[in-house]
Amino acid sequence: MEPILEIQHLSISFHQYEKGFVQRELPVIRDLSLTLEPGEVTGVLGVSGSGKSLLAHALLDLLPYNSRREGTILFQGEPLTSQRIRKLRGKEIVLVPQGVTYLDPLMKVGPQLRKGRRDRGAREKVRSALARYGLKEAAADLYPFQLSGGMARRVLMASAVMDSPRLVIADEPTPGLDAKAASRLLGHFRELAAEGAAVLFITHDLELALAVAHRVAVFYAGETVEIARASDFPEGRLRHPFTQALWDALPQGAFRAIPGAQPYSGEVKEGCPFLARCPHPGNGCGQGELSLVPWNEGMVRCLYPHGEVMA
Amino acid sequence: MKQALFFAGKKAFRALLLLLGVSVASFLLLCASPLDPLRTNVGQAALGSMSQEQVAQLEAYWGADQPPVERYLGWLAGAVRGDLGTSLLYRQPVLTVIGQRLGSSLWLLLTAWVLSGVLGLALGITAGAFRGRWPDKLIRGWCLVISSTPAFWLALLFLLLFSVWLGWLPIGLSVPIGVEEEAVTLADRLQHALLPALTLSVTGVSNIALHTREKLVDVLGSDYILLARARGEREGAIVLRHGLRNVALPALTLQFGSVGEIIGGSVLVEQVFSYPGLGQAAVTAGLGSDLPLLLGVTLVTSGLVFGGNLLADLLYGVIDPRMKRGEGRP
Ligand SMILES: Nc1ncnc2c1ncn2[C@@H]1O[C@H](COP(=O)(O)OP(=O)(O)OP(=O)(O)O)[C@@H](O)[C@H]1O
Ligand SMILES: [Mg+2]
Repeated sequence: MEPILEIQHLSISFHQYEKGFVQRELPVIRDLSLTLEPGEVTGVLGVSGSGKSLLAHALLDLLPYNSRREGTILFQGEPLTSQRIRKLRGKEIVLVPQGVTYLDPLMKVGPQLRKGRRDRGAREKVRSALARYGLKEAAADLYPFQLSGGMARRVLMASAVMDSPRLVIADEPTPGLDAKAASRLLGHFRELAAEGAAVLFITHDLELALAVAHRVAVFYAGETVEIARASDFPEGRLRHPFTQALWDALPQGAFRAIPGAQPYSGEVKEGCPFLARCPHPGNGCGQGELSLVPWNEGMVRCLYPHGEVMA
Repeated sequence: MKQALFFAGKKAFRALLLLLGVSVASFLLLCASPLDPLRTNVGQAALGSMSQEQVAQLEAYWGADQPPVERYLGWLAGAVRGDLGTSLLYRQPVLTVIGQRLGSSLWLLLTAWVLSGVLGLALGITAGAFRGRWPDKLIRGWCLVISSTPAFWLALLFLLLFSVWLGWLPIGLSVPIGVEEEAVTLADRLQHALLPALTLSVTGVSNIALHTREKLVDVLGSDYILLARARGEREGAIVLRHGLRNVALPALTLQFGSVGEIIGGSVLVEQVFSYPGLGQAAVTAGLGSDLPLLLGVTLVTSGLVFGGNLLADLLYGVIDPRMKRGEGRP
């Protein structure tokens, strides 16, 4: 089947003025490639500040004006130009944003979801979208500040599925929910995928990603270091030492954390940014640019993917 | 209910304190004025030809023989009873003079206030929506030029252009010359108020427009606008639906807060257009050492400014849903 979204060598950077007129290019995401298939939930895993929200906004062509984007994005096989995305936003490509600050504080929920339409059909659509996530019709008559954290999450969710989207981009949709509500929400994403959509599920929580996603892309210092199937984690088929370390830090893994901290994007000028913390560095790891290569039915950015060194 | 009473009490106390402070300040300023009331109002020559008793009488009339503290307390005692005294220059009760002056100034102030609010908001929204492009640059440039232009100079320019060269509008005063009070129409009054009002509002516009633009730019960079775009709403609709709504509250505060600036500006503008309003009365009273009138005008104008700000506060509570339902101020 044709993939819904293909991201090829996407880079996002900011130009900033530091001390007067000296301009500086500040990379955030470097060389990201990812393919989203219909019916699949793809997790994107990264620490806070690693550019996850920027990735979501970049796909919708809604980056801040002081940023620059490079690379290619194909939607259903065709380049996603600015003109094209404008027609697709809110219909075929939708965003479930990170927090309640994404709701207009001075507008009631109903009118916000109706996007300015007043007809019966629009009202009915809002009612059923809210009902889908267990919200009563009365919720449409509330201002955002009157919503509880969980209700706000569900309103944001409802605002995304007013039509039947092909691509759902969810930016950390679960904080503020209790375990039960969170797992119900994860179920909803699975449901959307089952209806034929591709879901990009952004999170900083590996357990959460593994609970909902079929595949997981792992960010490290602005780069994707590995794209693995969710089943690769418990079955010991991980390719990159950082992904392995993430898994090892979980209770299901060895419950063991690695020392050191993640560098900022662009901080390591040459070679592998994980080198300083790598348990099995090898020749050439400190030089050149590493690229993301297919490995064992996944992708990895490492000269000595797991297995090579072991052998 | 109890909260409302407390609020009203607090506001009333503040208002009293403000009026007291303002009256003391203007009294002190007048005391420090180098102008001698007798010499300015009676004239050096006339004074010279007067007997000692006559001069003493005049000094008593202008209050020059009393110690300042006593004089102020005397005025205050009357003011508390609602008696603002008699204007020394006009020989009429201060309240009567102010009533007449306010009557004609009100047209001017109101027109200028509404005009600057509406124009300022419209220009600010346009500039913000077109941020960085030519409408924005044009409006911002114009606002900067206007706000660095003195109001009286602008007034003279308008007079030259519209009244002298083009002859479209009258040169001064608030009503036509030689027409009976009853025969003056509303159109007459508006025609006379138009040019001063225009001058006044033009200087007010730039402030409101620049602030509105800044606020709209902030709003358009916010998360909820990003989601509105992500939902597929059109840019124009976003500005009108979300932008205007979120800019309205600060704009309202600004608009009611600008009452003070409008009144302040009217003092100069009325002078240039010989418009017999409150501002002109203030200048006359100040130069002529007419203490009761000056204090009266000061009280009334500070009351107006305070009322404007109070109204803004109250409207905020009525309009902002977060305030209406007993939430804290955002
Ligand atoms: N307008 C901007 N100008 C400069 N830098 C920016 C701008 N917006 C974001 N950044 C930077 O880009 C980086 C990524 O931000 P982003 O919001 O995408 O992080 P995130 O991964 O979503 O984090 P979180 O998990 O906390 O939501 C941050 O380091 C931030 O400082
Ligand atoms: Mg984020």
